[in-house]
Amino acid sequence: MIRRILTTLAVTLVAAAPLAAQLGSHNPEPGPRETVAIRGARIVPVVGEVIPVGTVVIADGRIQAVGATVTIPTGARIIDGAGLSVYPGMMDAGTSMGLAEITQGAAGTVDNSETGNWNPNVQAIWGIDPHSAHVGVTRVAGVTHVISHPSGSILAGQAALINLAGYTAPAMAVVPRIASVLELPGAGGRGGRGGFGGGGAAATPASGMTPLDSLKQLLEDARAYAKAVAAHAADPSLPRPTTDLALASLGPVLAGEMPVLIPANSESQIKEAVAFAEEQKLRPIIMGGRDAWRIAAYLVEHKVPVIYENTLGFPTYEDDGYDAAYAAPARMREAGVTFAIGSGEPNPDVRNLPYHAGMAASFGLSPEDALRAVTLWPAQIFGVGDRLGSLEPGKIANVVVTDGDILEARTSTRYLFIDGRDVPLGTRHTDLYDIFKVRK
Amino acid sequence: MKTLATLVASLVVASGVAAQAPAPPTLITHATVLTVTNGTLTDTDVLLQGGKIAAIGTGLRAPAGATTIDATGQYLMPGIIDPHSHMMSDATNEGSLSVTSMVRIADVLDPTDTHIYDALAGGTTTLNILHGSANTIGGQNAVVKLKYGRTAAEMLFPGAPPGIKFALGENVTRKNSGRVIVVGQPQPQPRYPSSRMGQEEVLRDAFTRAIDYRRSWEDYRARVAKGEKNLVAPRRDLELEPLVEVLEGTRLVHAHSYRADEMLMLLELADEFGFTVQTLQHALEAYKIAPEIARHGAGISTFADMWGYKIEAYDAIPYNVAVTMRAGVLSTINSDDDGRARRLNIDAAKLVRYGGLTDDEALATITINGAKQLGVGDRVGSIEVGKDADVVLWNGHPLSVYSHPLTTFIDGEIFFDVERDKAKRAALEAERAELEAAEPNKVPTPSRGGAGRGATPPADSTWESRR
Repeated sequence: MIRRILTTLAVTLVAAAPLAAQLGSHNPEPGPRETVAIRGARIVPVVGEVIPVGTVVIADGRIQAVGATVTIPTGARIIDGAGLSVYPGMMDAGTSMGLAEITQGAAGTVDNSETGNWNPNVQAIWGIDPHSAHVGVTRVAGVTHVISHPSGSILAGQAALINLAGYTAPAMAVVPRIASVLELPGAGGRGGRGGFGGGGAAATPASGMTPLDSLKQLLEDARAYAKAVAAHAADPSLPRPTTDLALASLGPVLAGEMPVLIPANSESQIKEAVAFAEEQKLRPIIMGGRDAWRIAAYLVEHKVPVIYENTLGFPTYEDDGYDAAYAAPARMREAGVTFAIGSGEPNPDVRNLPYHAGMAASFGLSPEDALRAVTLWPAQIFGVGDRLGSLEPGKIANVVVTDGDILEARTSTRYLFIDGRDVPLGTRHTDLYDIFKVRK
Repeated sequence: MKTLATLVASLVVASGVAAQAPAPPTLITHATVLTVTNGTLTDTDVLLQGGKIAAIGTGLRAPAGATTIDATGQYLMPGIIDPHSHMMSDATNEGSLSVTSMVRIADVLDPTDTHIYDALAGGTTTLNILHGSANTIGGQNAVVKLKYGRTAAEMLFPGAPPGIKFALGENVTRKNSGRVIVVGQPQPQPRYPSSRMGQEEVLRDAFTRAIDYRRSWEDYRARVAKGEKNLVAPRRDLELEPLVEVLEGTRLVHAHSYRADEMLMLLELADEFGFTVQTLQHALEAYKIAPEIARHGAGISTFADMWGYKIEAYDAIPYNVAVTMRAGVLSTINSDDDGRARRLNIDAAKLVRYGGLTDDEALATITINGAKQLGVGDRVGSIEVGKDADVVLWNGHPLSVYSHPLTTFIDGEIFFDVERDKAKRAALEAERAELEAAEPNKVPTPSRGGAGRGATPPADSTWESRR
């Protein structure tokens, strides 16, 4: 028995030796930005036609060239892409990646929600753990960047767009403050709900005001605050308002510069959200969007985009078809709704994003649009379509090299570049696999 | 309403079982047949007759009365078998005691659960319906075929050996899920066991009592055999009888377990008491003790890639099946979730990515391996002549995310068909339109003086007379 334990220990130590460099992080550090040419691969640029055999050049963190005939810079590292496919990295716009590690039984690892209802100035970027095990397993599935957002308050804070590589949160940040999360209280002043996103924040009616009244008041205060700050800036003889971090943080939201991410699923919730945003002159993005396909024409008319997170959901009503949720993206596409597909999954399962898109493609969405729904479209919805979402010169080099169709579950990632850096494919899961697969 | 439907369904049971006639024959032609046990057959015909797979070959002749389906470009695979489900069960946990081997899932099956239809549309035909994981020894399972529209009794898999659910780890200790309602106590209470130590003790105590109980019957029978008169038989114990069946190998143990140490505890305890654990359910850390599991002879039924949702799931890896399968452990993927039960094909496909299983190995984890774990490997789980005609026709390879089932057969009968489904939708829409146009359902208008719906029903209204 002792001998067996010793043998096991020895095997474990031998297996663990190459991993020693990773102690302290589940996610091996990406390499330096280098000049790389992936040559002779099938290229799926998302914008433009598929190139059956071509080359992608990466340098200085950006995509430099994409095409069938491309001049490879001297000194570039060459990757033989024969039999492989090159895709832009995928994006899930609805995660809390890095903010919550183990949601049950380990409260100390959960940082995705703040106390109280009015936290517009709370920033997700400062709660993100770059060494979360979720980061590594998600990126090797081809999801290279995500929006990580807070939740649980009416104004829950600011979401971050992060690359899934880097040893510090600032190194991961693409846009550290990209959207403000609004969990809208039920319209009509029904108290006691944090919002219909299910955040569950306790609503505290202050002096008889409903949570919705309080929200409107806060936005009004923020407008007045912005006006006072602007007035003082223009004329220093006017009184200087005392700095208020919460009100100040709402400035870009009220100016329409920063979108509001509103969780909403039923028809009425979505319509309430859109009506509220229009009344307050906000830029809404609906997150969840379970029944968005039922009011597609309404969403087109009001030009409101949707992060649809219910592809693998059940039919909402008992007389809906069994495939109502699967086919919803195709319905929205036909109607002209601007949408992206999100996984809506807890952080450990965000890696399954491609299979959500694949299911949509099995039920009417074209495979090309399914790919756009997890690459280009989410980037465009958040105003970063010029930087992410396709293989085009000048874009951030988030590039996935696979041995097959990136939406297929049987496909494996062979090379991964994030921000132009070569990302090792090791994860917490491969570490454990390597240690234990050799036990006899 | 659901309860009423269940009641009615239950009442019909007695007459229903005998009345079931085999489905008329179906000839599926020119399909790509994924037999699972004998590789892939291209451009092949399969005849379903008498509820069985009657023939596999080329150029098969359709018997009289047969429907022929041209499956050119389509894939035929065995119906998916889900070894861990809670579908159809109106109750999940009898958590008030730590040993509830006396309770039976078969008593609480709801055959009207619409998730059955959703699962059929995902190619799933057989479920192992288990109790929850609130207590160390849960209750007796039910293996069902998803014959949607039939009674619960007609869905029970004929001849499937009985089983029982055990559970270990965090769900039993209630560290995450809180206290349990205990009979006679006004407030929920902590319940023994609240540690993995206590779980071992609960099992040891239960099987010790089962052995004593078995001995009391053995003693009694021995004395009867000797001709002793006026003996009083031991009192039947509904809690211990199923455990005696476990000891005798006639009831299969399906044990919810996550961590390697708790699995090893159960295997060693089973070795000591002389029984074999049929399956470790979830078995997320099975890859850490694959050789020990193989030596004991247990199977595992796990998630393809679920992990990290609680502490005991933090070491789960999607390579689990790759490790256990290569160690010789009979391994399956299960859903434990009515949503995932609709897409186990995609979960199986992930095993090709994580650990490099072949397509056939991946398919086996949702078909033949599950059939073997449930003791029905001679009946379902592969496409072989003589097996039950539980097969699914797909519009593409079932391990592709772009594919979905077109037709699902159980015992040769169609329980899901995508064209029938579309036709049914049209009928439903027509019915809805008719109902909405009916007088009592019209939205009341202010011009009626606010009297509301049905204010002036026609005297001969059929709607009125139905009330």
